[in-house]
Amino acid sequence: MNWFWYASPQTFDPLAGRMAPWFALAAALLAAAGLYVGFFVAPTDAQQGEVYRIIFIHVPAAWLSMFIYLVMAFWAALGLAFNTRLSGMMASALAPTGALFTFIALWTGSLWGRPTWGTYWVWDARLTSELVLLFLYLGFIALQAAIDDPRRADRAGALLAIVGAVNIPIIHYSVVWWNTLHQGASVSVTRGASMQSQMLIAMLLMALGFWMYSIAVTLVRVRCIMREREA
Amino acid sequence: MVEAVLCVVRRDLLLAWRRRSDIATALLFFIIVASLFPLGIGFEPNLLRAIAPGVIWVAALLSSMLSLSRLFAADHADGTLEQMLLGASPLGVIAAAKAAAHWIVSGLPLALIAPLIALQYDLPAALTPVLALSLLLGTPVLSLIGAIGAALTLGVRGGGILLSLLVLPLYVPVLILGAGSVEMASAGMGGDGQLLLLAALLVASCAFAPWAIASALRISME
Repeated sequence: MNWFWYASPQTFDPLAGRMAPWFALAAALLAAAGLYVGFFVAPTDAQQGEVYRIIFIHVPAAWLSMFIYLVMAFWAALGLAFNTRLSGMMASALAPTGALFTFIALWTGSLWGRPTWGTYWVWDARLTSELVLLFLYLGFIALQAAIDDPRRADRAGALLAIVGAVNIPIIHYSVVWWNTLHQGASVSVTRGASMQSQMLIAMLLMALGFWMYSIAVTLVRVRCIMREREA
Repeated sequence: MVEAVLCVVRRDLLLAWRRRSDIATALLFFIIVASLFPLGIGFEPNLLRAIAPGVIWVAALLSSMLSLSRLFAADHADGTLEQMLLGASPLGVIAAAKAAAHWIVSGLPLALIAPLIALQYDLPAALTPVLALSLLLGTPVLSLIGAIGAALTLGVRGGGILLSLLVLPLYVPVLILGAGSVEMASAGMGGDGQLLLLAALLVASCAFAPWAIASALRISME
């Protein structure tokens, strides 16, 4: 299979158009299932009561916010290496969704923090890294918006995304060493999950749903970008 | 290659010296920002002592950022940058030299004047060397990272504001480690760990930033 066949906007556009509705449908089904399991099936948390249920939106959004930045940096690197037009378009199509999830993660986190910690905002390591991540997304979007020539905007944004991706671990660890109050990670690859299985299922369903949603809106947005540029 | 570095550094320093007021403005900005905080917060000595490292570091960040937009702008305007791109010496080397010159003009003076600001904040004398050392290690990182942003925003609409949006989030580790070293030292735990991490950041950015600056310049000059 020739991977570069779909690297051109002309061939990718119909494919994206065909795939987007299916991903949107999958997103709706998975999110509905996830919300049902999360709000009606999963038991009430012994310590936090009902308020913990916000994690079904908060945690998947936080995962996606970080993952989308990595995907964006991947497309950016691909674009710089192979000089493909589509890569830059994909990176700029992903950025608003990533920023949206970062904002949702911060917003739901502060709503969860008020009853649980007694405060909307603490300068805790993960909150601070997430905030910096939001700034990185906004910087990327602002840089691309300020440059009129789309080729230059793509390449400049790509370089910024890569520099940001290199910096994210440094920022994260500097903030972790600086201060931490956030509870430890509940889901970890090495230890397995330390939560009830229904809660885990709800969270994974929501994460998959958010994932499908991101793919669907990115495909739609990339088609808009193609039309704006090639028109 | 060494000749090219020395040549670029000497030229940039000479240009900066011919327009001494620019250096003085950035330095003055640093002093004024640092002096504004007690006016806004109040002059309670314990409070001032507690916020001194953070305030001085934030002021240093802003002051170093303000002079960034001048880093490539003049060379871009008169075509020198184009000749540098076409020249025989590697662009990364020239970029590193320009960042070094920027640091000598805008970072080094901050580290030298910081002990004076520390006096205003009644910082204990034992902490002043830590503060100066943290600034000496941290401000070159600011110049190197900032140069990437300056190269990316070259000739872009609203470059100055945009530059701050791009560069300030990337400055976060330097700020945390720099101010943290002084705070750790004042807590009696020694700021060595933070200073070593700052030095590591400096080494890493010396190794990687020149590449990024060079590719950013190529993108902007296409």
